Amino acid sequence: MNYFEYKMHEIIDLLEKKEVSAKEVTASIYQRIEDKDPDVQAYLTLNKDKALQKAMEIDEKRAKNEAVGKLAGIPMALKDNMSTMDLLTTCSSEMLYNYLPPYDATVVKKLNDADAVLLGKLNMDEFAMGSSTETSAFKKTRNPFNLDYVPGGSSGGSAAAVAADEAFFTLGSDTGGSIRQPAAYCGVVGMKPTYGAISRYGLIAFASSLDQIGPFTKDVTDCALVMNAITGHDGNDSTSANVEYPDYTKALVNDVKGLRIGIPKEYFGEGVSQGVRDNINDAIKKLEELGAEVGECSMPNTDYAMPAYYIIATAECSSNLSRYDGVRYGLRSEENSLMEMFCKTRNKGFGSEVKSRIMLGTYALSAGYYDAYYLKALKVRNLVKKDFDQAFKQFDLLLTPTAPGTSFKFGEISDPISMYLLDVCTIPVNLAGLPGMSIPYGTSEGMPVGLQLIGKPFDESTLLRVAYTLEKNTDKTILKAGFKGGAE
Amino acid sequence: MNYEVVIGLEVHVELKTNTKIFCSCPNEFGMAPNTNVCPRCLGLPGTLPVLNEKALEYAVLAGLALNCDIAEFSKFDRKNYFYPDLTKAYQISQFDLPVCEHGYLDIETDGKSKRVGVTRIHLEEDAGKLVHEGDTISLSNASLVDYNRAGVPLIEIVSEPDMRSADEARAYLEKLKAYIEYTGVSDVKMEQGSLRCDANVSIRPFGQEEFGTRAEVKNLNSFKAVQKAIEYEVERQIELIEDGGRVVQETRTWDDNQGMTFSLRGKEEANDYRYFPDPDLTPLIISKDYVEALRNTLPELPDVKKERIINDFGLQEYDAGVITSSRGLALFFDKTVELYNEPKKVCNWLMVEFCRLLNTESTEIEDSLVSPENLAQLLRLVEEGAISGKIAKTVFEDMFHTGKDPESIVKEKGLVQISDEGALDSIIDQVIAQNPKSVEDFKSGKKQAIGFLVGQIMKETKGQANPGLVNKMLTEKMS
Repeated sequence: MNYFEYKMHEIIDLLEKKEVSAKEVTASIYQRIEDKDPDVQAYLTLNKDKALQKAMEIDEKRAKNEAVGKLAGIPMALKDNMSTMDLLTTCSSEMLYNYLPPYDATVVKKLNDADAVLLGKLNMDEFAMGSSTETSAFKKTRNPFNLDYVPGGSSGGSAAAVAADEAFFTLGSDTGGSIRQPAAYCGVVGMKPTYGAISRYGLIAFASSLDQIGPFTKDVTDCALVMNAITGHDGNDSTSANVEYPDYTKALVNDVKGLRIGIPKEYFGEGVSQGVRDNINDAIKKLEELGAEVGECSMPNTDYAMPAYYIIATAECSSNLSRYDGVRYGLRSEENSLMEMFCKTRNKGFGSEVKSRIMLGTYALSAGYYDAYYLKALKVRNLVKKDFDQAFKQFDLLLTPTAPGTSFKFGEISDPISMYLLDVCTIPVNLAGLPGMSIPYGTSEGMPVGLQLIGKPFDESTLLRVAYTLEKNTDKTILKAGFKGGAE
Repeated sequence: MNYEVVIGLEVHVELKTNTKIFCSCPNEFGMAPNTNVCPRCLGLPGTLPVLNEKALEYAVLAGLALNCDIAEFSKFDRKNYFYPDLTKAYQISQFDLPVCEHGYLDIETDGKSKRVGVTRIHLEEDAGKLVHEGDTISLSNASLVDYNRAGVPLIEIVSEPDMRSADEARAYLEKLKAYIEYTGVSDVKMEQGSLRCDANVSIRPFGQEEFGTRAEVKNLNSFKAVQKAIEYEVERQIELIEDGGRVVQETRTWDDNQGMTFSLRGKEEANDYRYFPDPDLTPLIISKDYVEALRNTLPELPDVKKERIINDFGLQEYDAGVITSSRGLALFFDKTVELYNEPKKVCNWLMVEFCRLLNTESTEIEDSLVSPENLAQLLRLVEEGAISGKIAKTVFEDMFHTGKDPESIVKEKGLVQISDEGALDSIIDQVIAQNPKSVEDFKSGKKQAIGFLVGQIMKETKGQANPGLVNKMLTEKMS
């Protein structure tokens, strides 16, 4: 049986009915990885022995009718910036090529408690800095829809693995769009929850005030199920929100009647391709047909979000990445003096994108520049938040493209500004700390288009509800990867 | 030309919390290197700080003791710099919104009182420690890092540049130590590093308003070092200026053996710490109720206590000052007086005998084996005439070394004072018989001759005879 083709919730049913064992499912996914990953290149590290072991333990528990977790026996994988005890965690960087964390991230613990099976770790842009996964020091991950195209980034491995049926779900992290944009490019569902909804403890930081973990899944139901397993307050993370977390499956309702959906016009500017525009307009029409109240709104500070983001994110990363100095773990360049060791280690260990962001951020925080850059960026951030507050007085949620275009070929975008512009629709959501979700909605020239839903803080449920309704009422949200291209 | 000295002190105090400031490692001193660490205080990738609320509480208590305003809104910032002992390459500290501001301490030098401003108190984490191989840094070819200290909670107490002499600086530091010690938030032991002091020293011609260029002096490991280093630094700066040179802004280190300061690094090499708010920690909202609740737990502080002792017990200003200079001594005094209500006698014993032994044995009063109960008992034995004052000193030494109570010591060693006329009668007769000259002198009016006879009797009784009784009996027998 090709279990890999199933959705996660279908496999959960089969497992519960004991029509299949966790071991069989896990083995089938590893077989799929063996078949497809040489092309897709999503995985950096496999955890096969332990995964099969865990699957068998779950099967034994089931056989004895013992209680098992909500995701028992479900094979899944993690972006390589989440700390996994005794399993390589590299952030796709030479700097951490050999780093074995001595502890599990909170999400890893939660998934372990839910009895999910960890298949391995996934490729990403180095330290999550990039939008195509091309800055990985180790490999290029390809888009399962067309192997000549990038999977997006920075969680490119996480998106591609789900799109290629190499995992039932994966986790990624989203600092400026790193879950939603690759989800859009690879035609899968990606959710960046509200800042604080999922513990960051154990997530190797890029920009602490923006980073948020979230799931990649094959459909909306699976997204709700994974959200149930990984959200929640965590005393290990001071920025974790101590609020009531709902049962997200309750939001899986095929009904949008009366929901007020805002369409911020700034997200439909010149940069948005016709293919994306057509699909998103189609979705809007569909939602209106289904009874939603759709209206246009304006968010005047949207243009300033990106420059503010690149100051805040780089400032935080310049500090967060300082600890990689060769003293305690990871790469060390043996030199004659301390200062030389620091410099050469960091010169060898970091790739050029990481270096340029560290330099930008260091500059922004320097004496004499702080007020002009960092402080000003914080003010812009507040204005961006206010735009959203204003919009949410009128609307229950907002709908935009996830990215201005669809995936592109390797090397096609080389100048940083063009690359940064790929995140123009997703960045404001991180600045405001809001939940954002990308679902597939049709294709343009054979490549998936992503539709972004943006919600009020901690209102992921409304996003799931709209996404679920679209899924039930169109055939545009479930896309199948064709593994085209890849001739070379 | 005459110069005015301007000194400000930056004092780091380790807080005595049970656990470190951002993780749950025990806050302990003296463990094997790198055994008291966890992923968090090692700053491993992905770890996050969680504030130990006790550390905030202690910082607020220190601030209240030093008459500070407590901020209603405060936050943590990152101080970025590279050094092997700093696990994250930034120290979590506070930049522009410290927990406490605008405090003061009143000090006294040469009988004159003066108010020294406390600019601010902020909370931060300590770094690890470099251990250099070999005897000195220059002879060393390797350094090892011990991260046990990483994450120990610190407060940094910054004074205004209000001090005008090394004496004032020392008086401020001693007063500061006493105040912090009273609050119980720290051991404030300089030799263990739980109290560390850097001095900013400058000079200016008398009458000049603006400050001269200052040098920051580090590595001051004792009160004496603080005083000597400042004195040296003042001399150095005066000489420099008199010779036509000028003071440069720099960091200097005090070498205790050579009695000199040396340049560590100049201003041009100074770090740009790129402070910014730590996004991993939420701002601190400190409510008035919280602060007032803590204020109510503050113990009686040295100056108040000193006033009380003077007013209630009629102690001398100086004595009261000594008694209240350390929390241990003051507590010991209070307890002993509770048990034996002769404050002046208790004060004398503490200041003379007890302090002498504590000094010669380098013991802290808290670690001493003598209890207030035992000291009270000893004083009562003297009062009752069971032992003489002189014997009491020997007994006290024994108490100090063994921790035994005075009665058992007196019994064991047979030191009970002879107050029995029958027991003394024959000895006195014998001494009178052996010293006819002195007896003659006494009878002829040289009353002081009795002293010699008393001495002889004390000698015969190994000091155990009750001197008052001996005097009385001698006088009777010779008249």
